[in-house]
Amino acid sequence: MHYNFMRELADSWGLLAMFLFFIGVVGFAFRPGSKTIYEEVARIPLQNDSED
Amino acid sequence: MGLESRVQQASPSGGGAMLMMSLWGVLALLAITMGAKAEDTPFAIHMFIFAAAAILALVFKARSFGQPAPDASGYNDDIVRWGALITLFWGVVGLLVGVVIALQLAYPAWNPDLEWFNFGRLRPLHTSAVIFAFGGNALLTTSFYVVQRTNRTRLALGNLAWFVFWGYQLFIVLAATGYLLGVTEGREYAEPEWYIDIWITVVWVAYFLVFFGTLLQRKEPHIYVANWFYLAFIVTIAMLHIVNNLSIPVSVFGSKSYALFSGVQDALTQWWYGHNAVGFFLTAGFLGMMYFFIPKRANRPVYSYRLSIVHFWSLIFLYIWAGPHHLHYTALPDWAQTLGMVFSIMLWMPSWGGMINGLMTLSGAWDKLRTDPVLRMMVISVAFYGMSTFEGPMMSIKSVNSLSHYTDWTIGHVHSGALGWVGMISMGALYHLIPRLWGRKEVYSLRLVSWHVWLATLGIVIYASAMWVSGIMQGLMWREYDANGFLAYSFVETVEAMHPYYVIRAMGGALFLVGALIMVYNIYRTIRGAQPVSQPVGMVSAPA
Repeated sequence: MHYNFMRELADSWGLLAMFLFFIGVVGFAFRPGSKTIYEEVARIPLQNDSED
Repeated sequence: MGLESRVQQASPSGGGAMLMMSLWGVLALLAITMGAKAEDTPFAIHMFIFAAAAILALVFKARSFGQPAPDASGYNDDIVRWGALITLFWGVVGLLVGVVIALQLAYPAWNPDLEWFNFGRLRPLHTSAVIFAFGGNALLTTSFYVVQRTNRTRLALGNLAWFVFWGYQLFIVLAATGYLLGVTEGREYAEPEWYIDIWITVVWVAYFLVFFGTLLQRKEPHIYVANWFYLAFIVTIAMLHIVNNLSIPVSVFGSKSYALFSGVQDALTQWWYGHNAVGFFLTAGFLGMMYFFIPKRANRPVYSYRLSIVHFWSLIFLYIWAGPHHLHYTALPDWAQTLGMVFSIMLWMPSWGGMINGLMTLSGAWDKLRTDPVLRMMVISVAFYGMSTFEGPMMSIKSVNSLSHYTDWTIGHVHSGALGWVGMISMGALYHLIPRLWGRKEVYSLRLVSWHVWLATLGIVIYASAMWVSGIMQGLMWREYDANGFLAYSFVETVEAMHPYYVIRAMGGALFLVGALIMVYNIYRTIRGAQPVSQPVGMVSAPA
């Protein structure tokens, strides 16, 4: 793999793919219904807790 | 074959144990041979240390024959107990060496006429002791604790976790003795030579297998966000370490090696590693700690779980590009410098998002800050996280950097992050963990915790402000010209002007050390006479 190939990949398809992946995962966090799921899983550290 | 059946196979008798013993025996023989043929003394010393460790492992394995298999039904907390205490031990060592080198800078007479103990060799000992020995053990320990609780399962792969733990301590001993003996690659935060690099790679892969294996056998359908941060830390550090340490040894029987890269490519590789050591070792891992221990201590779920996910992805997508800001105004191409600067500034967003998420977890429970000094310590640490992640991007701006770079300002910045954020979140987590692991309701004295919190905070504030003044003064003196275009100050004049701030800095560091010693006493009184408790799988915290 030559430097030029890596360089062109990095500022074209590679950049696009990473950007789309990022938008995808962040968008996924905002999908409908995620709020209820997140409220539940946020309690994982506190469940089965015999303290207090 | 499932992971669970493999866990049961790890009982200490039969063919597996024989195989392990022969492996340790062969490694010991190999190390002794290498040591005997060594071309330099430090290499021989290191090979004999390695051989001694392998023989110890062999003896330990042999002694387990005929013993009943240890109880593997509950969480593996023995390793967390060992880890908690060893974290504390390395913490005190690292801080002590830090105070010593601060005094060496303030008073040159503190540099003895012994090559092993002058500033040049003690400085990497200090940085590695606090980052890798203290911080690394805090991460190992808490990750083992958190991954078991949040996934309601025992650590995977049986005794491999113990190999990770002791293998990591061996790495620390080899690295530390190497620095004193003058064995160094001279790469910032990656000084150990090639053979130590290979050893830590093996240990790290085992760490990944244990952590990932535990995730695979989880009883909890969702992987809690703290584990994401820990996993990102483990995976990224592996990648960074391998690329940054690509080198060719002069001889397989000698300690010296040369890096595969040279010139500006080497500089960029080093700071790609160096800054991501900050981003993934000193930030991502400790954020995992924050996302477990602050909700735990405040007894409230994290403020916004959705924000924690956005925090995670944006942090790891941005941090990896920020390294070039360490090479402003160098031979590195301008576009790369600007790229590093832009990504550093964008890092403001996830960093402050994470800080807000940590702090707002207390919303509705702020009164706990008054009564619980452990929570106070964690909250102060998150505040320092916010402060240093504001300062960092600001210093990455080229025009600011032209003043701050190579000055003490950078040292102050590092320490507000390292002492304030990393140190205090780890110590807060230990204060929470240790009583629970030894079946105590709380630490021996919360009053002493409170003393620790304020001494440490005061120490950092003194340290950081002394370095701001010293660094900005130093930067301004360097760039001062007289009417004829000559430099107004010689280098030694800046050194002289900085002396008072160096003394103040040493005092700040000493206050932080005193706080840590108070912690040692407090922990000693907490666990004295106490019995370790074993906890059934499924519980998130120990019964009080």
